[in-house]
Amino acid sequence: MAAELWLVFWTLLKILAITIPVILAVAMFVYWERKVIGWMHVRMGPNKIGPLGLFQAFADVVKLLLKEVVVPANANRFLFFLAPLLALVPALAAWAVVPFGQGLVLANVNAGVLYLLAMSSLGVYGIILAGWASNSRYALLGAMRSAAQVISYELAMGMALICVLVLAGSLNLTAIVDAQAGPKGLFDWFWLPLLPVFVIYWISGVAETNRAPFDVAEGESEIVAGFHVEYSGSAFAIFFLAEYANMILISFLAAVLFLGGWLSPFPVSWGWIGTPGFGWLLVKAFVFSFLFLWFRATFPRYRYDQIMRLGWKVFIPITIVWVLVAGCMKYFGWVTIGG
Amino acid sequence: MSRITSYFKSLLLIEMFKGMGLTIRYMFQPKYTMRFPMEHIPKSNRFRGLHALRRYPNGEERCIACKLCEAVCPALAITIDSAPRASDGQRRTTRYDIDLFKCIYCGFCEESCPVDSIVETSIHEYHFEQRGENVVTKQQLLAIGDRFEQDIAAERAQDAAYR
Repeated sequence: MAAELWLVFWTLLKILAITIPVILAVAMFVYWERKVIGWMHVRMGPNKIGPLGLFQAFADVVKLLLKEVVVPANANRFLFFLAPLLALVPALAAWAVVPFGQGLVLANVNAGVLYLLAMSSLGVYGIILAGWASNSRYALLGAMRSAAQVISYELAMGMALICVLVLAGSLNLTAIVDAQAGPKGLFDWFWLPLLPVFVIYWISGVAETNRAPFDVAEGESEIVAGFHVEYSGSAFAIFFLAEYANMILISFLAAVLFLGGWLSPFPVSWGWIGTPGFGWLLVKAFVFSFLFLWFRATFPRYRYDQIMRLGWKVFIPITIVWVLVAGCMKYFGWVTIGG
Repeated sequence: MSRITSYFKSLLLIEMFKGMGLTIRYMFQPKYTMRFPMEHIPKSNRFRGLHALRRYPNGEERCIACKLCEAVCPALAITIDSAPRASDGQRRTTRYDIDLFKCIYCGFCEESCPVDSIVETSIHEYHFEQRGENVVTKQQLLAIGDRFEQDIAAERAQDAAYR
């Protein structure tokens, strides 16, 4: 009995050790986003609160928590409050299987990739419910767009993941990283044999998280704020948190699946710079999360039919072809797997 | 053929990368932002801002109530009443009001003034909290003039050669 209690307590501690840094990372990511987009617009971005404006995100959090949560008169109250939670819970739960280092993972699930796909698809229920429960046209339109978009891009993303699975021969994320280890360092990672699929995975990831240039679900200029137009205060903050946690998650996954996770880009023989470690994963994920912001500052929003065309007529055919190519690579031994 | 090349161009995302190259270049450029309360945009010495009435160095007010400024003002923002001064019978203003809501800051009052009394200073940051504060009276204008006399004189001296 005592051992079980200890296990529960220990697991709770581990969960906190993941979620609290994730939430803090979200706060700093929001600040970093405003800074980067500001710089790319030749502005300065937030620079008033704290040194270099570093406390801006915390000021925003306090502001959002102190604000009134307005519930529309005709909204379904229960679903209205359930929706943000449904968006947030999968976004945080998905972190359970992300490996941060050799053996540094909360749940070393055998079917980790399947679990991740399930969690990232569950998040869209929060968006759909939010759009429906708000009883507002803009919100409903945003929710429908978001649902259609996530379903279309999930296919391309799943196909891209299949290529990785074919090469790694496992659904376990730790095993996938191990399969990318090798004497050649960065040229042993999966991004090289799977380059087109890697790009498609990344673009689909941007679309999955409803970020610019695929943010038609929010579409300020057309449908005000999309699915969360009726949300304010802390309910809105939860949606915000879920969106950014998802972005960071997608960045970590891109690093784990295609860029060798915690492996060093340099050959192991190069001393300390060649040793794998959590720092490498952090650097890679940071680069990817920067790409999110870079995209947002660069590209205008896609038209809705263009998004659908890109997903169905370009990405899915390419990924299907590359599944075949990856199968051939594995079968004929064109790539070395696992050092 | 051109269809094929354009197809490959779009497939290889060439234009996307060009756009991203542009934004990353801008990211490292010096920023245009002026951090306003700490920094100020350089102003010309001919800047026409808030008005002021000046005095001679001995403390005598310059204005002789000739009302040229009132006459020249295209916005009819200036209102002047005059009477002989009780102490020595000199012609002086008893009232000198400028309605800052009417004023268009054209500077004609300053140009028309024969004694360099009414001037437009380079002050451009001011506000009103009560209705009616937009009409500045003679006392207020003289107070502004007293307070910023050094700046006003310096700006006039800098511009004197071109007048």
